[in-house]
Amino acid sequence: MTVVAVIAHALLGGGALLALVRLARGPSLLDRVVATDTLLVIISASLAVYASLARDATLVPVLVVVSLLAFVGSVSVARYVGGMQLRSADEQATPDREARP
Amino acid sequence: MSVLIAVADVVAIGCLLAGAFLCLTAGVGLVRFPDVLSRMHAGTKPQVLGTLLVMIGGAIRLYGLAAAWMLLLVALFQLLTAPVSAHMISRVAYRRRHVRRDLLLVDELRDAEGPDSDYRGDEPADGPQPT
Repeated sequence: MTVVAVIAHALLGGGALLALVRLARGPSLLDRVVATDTLLVIISASLAVYASLARDATLVPVLVVVSLLAFVGSVSVARYVGGMQLRSADEQATPDREARP
Repeated sequence: MSVLIAVADVVAIGCLLAGAFLCLTAGVGLVRFPDVLSRMHAGTKPQVLGTLLVMIGGAIRLYGLAAAWMLLLVALFQLLTAPVSAHMISRVAYRRRHVRRDLLLVDELRDAEGPDSDYRGDEPADGPQPT
């Protein structure tokens, strides 16, 4: 059982480290959003792996909270970027902006 | 009976290890793939299949029905929310030109340009500057 725990946590930790690399290097905001989403999913997966290897059911409500937070975070950042886009499109459509050379 | 428990443990551990391996592949894909859409393709593998496998393993290993119901709730929530967030992120990414269009095989939106086709980044300063 210890061998299984070490292997599973090594795989999850490698995935989380690579997601952190993309989070640090990501050229755009959306790359970082995707990396954060993946990182939160890996965190919830590792919580579930720990809970099931230790037979510890007290961590299960934390999983619900983490998955909710991942969804709300990624959708709100995507809405933020899209809202910037809509506002700038409106600014572009106003006539005084169009009249500028 | 103990044989049954041992078989259930082996199945659960197999599911957990497969889910953990999917998380590692997601990290590798995130680092190696070229643009937002393909990185999202790699990143959503553990978001659906990995979470399902880990939740199945946890529901087998954990005692009690309450934990199993809550894990089922998490899996259903992931299945519902992963397409929504992926749709929103990919829509913004396409409009913001974060997609390598030379790598696309089919691009049905090529002729349908959005209202701000000259915005190339996701900061306000990346747009056309007023002179």
